[in-house]
Amino acid sequence: MRIAALCGLAVMLGACTPSAGTDGAPSELSPSDLQSGYAFLTPETQQLQDDPFENPGYLWVDRGARLFQVSEAAASPSCAACHAEGLNGAASRYPAIEPGSKRLINLEGRINQCRTEHQELEPLAYESEDLLALTAYVANQSHGAPYGAPPSADLQPYIEAGRSYFETRRGLMNLSCRQCHTETWGKALRGDTISQGHGNGFPAYRFEWQSLGSLHRRFRDCDMGVRAEPLPYGDDTYVALELYLATRGAGLEIETPGVRR
Amino acid sequence: MTGIRLAVPERAQKGDVIELKALIQHPMESGFRRGSRGEVIPRNIITRFECFYNQELVFASDFNPAIAANPILTFYTRATETGELEFRWTDQNGESWSDRKSITVT
Amino acid sequence: MSETFGLDRRQFIAGSGGAILIASTPLLALADQEDVDRARSELFGDRPVQEGRVTVKLPPIAENGHSVPMTVSVESPMTSEDYVRRVAVFSPRNPLPNIAQFQFTPRSGKAEVATRIRMSGTQPIQAVAEMSDGSLWSGSMETVVTLAACVVL
Repeated sequence: MRIAALCGLAVMLGACTPSAGTDGAPSELSPSDLQSGYAFLTPETQQLQDDPFENPGYLWVDRGARLFQVSEAAASPSCAACHAEGLNGAASRYPAIEPGSKRLINLEGRINQCRTEHQELEPLAYESEDLLALTAYVANQSHGAPYGAPPSADLQPYIEAGRSYFETRRGLMNLSCRQCHTETWGKALRGDTISQGHGNGFPAYRFEWQSLGSLHRRFRDCDMGVRAEPLPYGDDTYVALELYLATRGAGLEIETPGVRR
Repeated sequence: MTGIRLAVPERAQKGDVIELKALIQHPMESGFRRGSRGEVIPRNIITRFECFYNQELVFASDFNPAIAANPILTFYTRATETGELEFRWTDQNGESWSDRKSITVT
Repeated sequence: MSETFGLDRRQFIAGSGGAILIASTPLLALADQEDVDRARSELFGDRPVQEGRVTVKLPPIAENGHSVPMTVSVESPMTSEDYVRRVAVFSPRNPLPNIAQFQFTPRSGKAEVATRIRMSGTQPIQAVAEMSDGSLWSGSMETVVTLAACVVL
């Protein structure tokens, strides 16, 4: 059933006709068109995201707030020991280049780096409940802050790498991210309206997952959706894609924890 | 570390009907889903919720697999006296979780 | 769209419709109204059920069947002499007909409860309330459950 349904997706997007090009369609989102995934939800789901009690993502934010205060071992300071004043606005600056290793890291990577370098702890597994909780808690402190790292020359190669992933057709359906989320957003696909594919609500609570999940989990779902091989969690290319999305969506606000379909 | 969120007004006037909300982190695994290898994912659900006001039951609920993951309930009680509200969830194996909130009634 | 993929809007919609038809084929045995009737008599016996006093509220469109907000309310003074004892909620199209049972007391103050339910497809959700005098009342509401575009196993 699902393969048939997805073939419908491919037919609709023209992927089954190799001659169909994407010439003429907008290759960039116009800043005046920018819309968070929130705008594509029903009023009831928007209300759920807006409700600071009922939004189930706050179960993870609460858990993150508790973990932030905990010292896991005698020689290991809690997160709060260094960041007593909180991390308001920090999420706006990620992904960023880590000065020591010169690698591009996202918020999850930064949290794990704190653990290994400053807390003498093992890194948390990507997508583990604890890493999701800490990421959601830190990102939530930037709720309403600008989404997207400020542009800098250092970041440019990573932005280009992310853009290249976004614009490359892949999978059995031969679809790129751009074909759905830049060229076709706003159109109906089965029961959904295609969104612009922003990451400003993540980690987000998705009904489909019945849980909170990271942006990389969303990327993996999209890749599998077009029947492409998903990349591993935390993969450098996904971090670069995360950065590209943050520049593409600059002007939006961080909504973590968002609620999505 | 099961997450529980409770919304109870801190104070109320005697006789008022007050709104209560209770949310708990739980997968409510229905038993109807299959994993990536086709294996049935076993049912794992909360089956019972109870709310006590100074030890007296004011509202309860029996859940089946059709209750969404991370179940939330919004319901009501009449504020009668200062005291404590206890919220208790019990799963299919008898494991239970509870939390309390106090209320001042004037 | 037409320039982009060589499909006009009408074809796009027709394509979507086809996908919905294929995708709505049920995966497992689902309950039907007979199952609901049986579940109801298991809980309440064969006492007559009158329509009214019970309101089921659902959104006009549920964008995902995993989590649909539902409110059930019953007209009742909720005094120790006259109150709602319990409300059972049924589905004619989920794998099981029983969704939940809510137990009220005179101290509930108000016979209303909201939660989020799973719905495997468009269907009328039915609620039956048992009053303290033993009478049974019912109400129902239908909502459209839409299907996601990109379903990933």
